[in-house]
Amino acid sequence: MPGKNINLEAKSEWMKGNGPESDIVISSRVRLARNISNIPFPLLATNRHAAEALDRVKSVLDSDDLNEISRFRLIELDGLPELTKRVLVEKHLISPALVNESRRGAVVLNENESISIMINEEDHLRIQILFPGLQVKEAWDLASQVDDIFEARLDFAFDERRGYLTSCPTNVGTGMRASVMMHLPALVLTQQINRILSAISQLGLVVRGLYGEGSEATGNLFQISNQITLGKSEEDIVDNLYGVVRQIIGHERAARQKLLTESRIRIHDRVNRSLGILSHAVVIDSKEAAQRLSDVRLGHELGLIQGVDAQTLIELVVMTQPGFLQYFAGENLSPEERDLRRAELIRSRLKA
Amino acid sequence: MQCQECGKRPATLHFTKIVNGDKTEFHLCDACAKEKGEIIPGTSNGFSIHNLISGLLDFDLNHPGQIHGAESRQLQCNECGMTYAQFSKMGRFGCSSCYDYFSPRLDALLRRIHGNTAHVGKIPLRTGGVLHTRKQLEQLRAKLAQAVQNEEFEKAAFLRDEIRKLEKQA
Repeated sequence: MPGKNINLEAKSEWMKGNGPESDIVISSRVRLARNISNIPFPLLATNRHAAEALDRVKSVLDSDDLNEISRFRLIELDGLPELTKRVLVEKHLISPALVNESRRGAVVLNENESISIMINEEDHLRIQILFPGLQVKEAWDLASQVDDIFEARLDFAFDERRGYLTSCPTNVGTGMRASVMMHLPALVLTQQINRILSAISQLGLVVRGLYGEGSEATGNLFQISNQITLGKSEEDIVDNLYGVVRQIIGHERAARQKLLTESRIRIHDRVNRSLGILSHAVVIDSKEAAQRLSDVRLGHELGLIQGVDAQTLIELVVMTQPGFLQYFAGENLSPEERDLRRAELIRSRLKA
Repeated sequence: MQCQECGKRPATLHFTKIVNGDKTEFHLCDACAKEKGEIIPGTSNGFSIHNLISGLLDFDLNHPGQIHGAESRQLQCNECGMTYAQFSKMGRFGCSSCYDYFSPRLDALLRRIHGNTAHVGKIPLRTGGVLHTRKQLEQLRAKLAQAVQNEEFEKAAFLRDEIRKLEKQA
C-alpha cells in the first residue's frame, strides 16, 4: 500500500537549522520543471495519460538508477488522508496544487526528505531539492544529477531554441526556480525591509512569504527567488541569487548590530517578553506564534536568550501549522482548539 | 510594503505590468486581492499567475503591426487541439507541440515575460548530444573571437585547435 508508512513526524533535512549562514538563511531550494515528450501536459492529460506519466516515472524508480543518490519511496496522493497531504504541504515537500488539482498526483521522496519529485503537478515532473542554510549551488548540482538520471530513461520535451518546454510560459527554458528562505527580523524592526524588497524586485527576483506564492511573510520569513527562466543559464540564475542574498545578509547583520548597540535594552526586553509568552500562553494563534518565534530566534542569534536551539524554533514554525496540529491530534480541530493545542505544543517543546 | 488598496496589511501580491513602456504596478494583500475577485495561486479561488499571463496575451490584440487578434486566435495545436484563444484564457500550454503551433506569437510573449526568447542553459545529456556539441562550438567561437580581439594569440591558437577537434567529432 503506497504511502502507508510515511513518517510525518520525522524532520526534513531543511528543518535542521544548520548549513552556511544559517543565522539568517533558513533554507535553499531548487526546482526543475520537466515534461515527458509525447504525453500532453497534466492540464490536458486524460486519466490514461496521467497514469502513463506516472508509470514512466515508476520505471525509472524500478531501474534502481536513483539508488546511487539515495533511497526513494513513491507516495501516491489518491486515497491518502487529507491531513497527511496537508502535512506534506506544510513541510514544503509538495505544493497545494498537487493536492487540489492533480490527476494521479504522486511524490517521490528520499530518506531525509531533501529531494522531493512531484509527479503530475502542473508539469509531469517537478524535481525539488531543499537544503538547510545557504546552499543554492549545492541544491542545483543535486537537482541536475537527479534530472540526468531521469533523462537517461525518459525523453524530455526539449526544444533547441526554447529549452525545456513547460506548461506555463513563465517556466520555459531552464524550468528552474531557485529560492532562498531568509529570516530578516532586524530589517523589519529597523523599517528597512520595504526599501530592500522593492530593490530586489527590480533585479528580476521575486519575494514571497513562507508558503510560496500568495502567502504572507509571517514570522519575518521571506522567500526570494528568480523570476526569469529563459535566456539565462542555471549557473547565472544561481549566481545572481547569491549576489543579492549575500547583500541582504550583510544588511540584516548590520541592522542586528545596530539594534544591539542603539536599542539593546528594548530589544532584550522584546525577545524575552516573547519567550515569556510562548513559555506560558494557554492559547495562541498562528500569526502571533510566528511573530513570537521570530523574536525568540532573533534573541537566540543575538546571544540575548540562552537555552533554546535554532532547530527547535524552525520545527515549531512548521509544527504549529494547522495541518500538523490536526495530524498530531488525529482529528480535525476548530480554530479555537488549534490555538489551544498550538500553545500547549510550544510550551512543552520550549521546556524540553 | 503595504497593500495599495487597504493600506493596512502588507502586500503579498506584487505584479508589474509594462505595456508599450507604460508601467503599472500592483501591490495587494491577500484579503484585497480576494475582494477584487483575484485570488492568488495556492488558495482555492480563481486568480492565478495564469490569469496574469492571459492579461498579457490580451494586450497583444491591441498592438498594431502584429498579427491581428482574430487571426492569431485561430492558431490551433494539431497535437492536443488547444487553440490560441484557449491558451490566452488559461495561460498554460496543453502539450509541448503547442510551442510549435503558436510560435508566430511566442517571441513577443516570451520577451515580455523573460526579456529573452532563446534558451542558453542546460541541454539534456542523452537526447541533446548533437546540440551539446553545437552549443559548445558556439561558445568556443565566441571565446576565440574575443581572444583575437584582445590579441591573446596563444589562447586563440588553443581555442582554434579545440574547435577543430569538436568539429571532427560532429
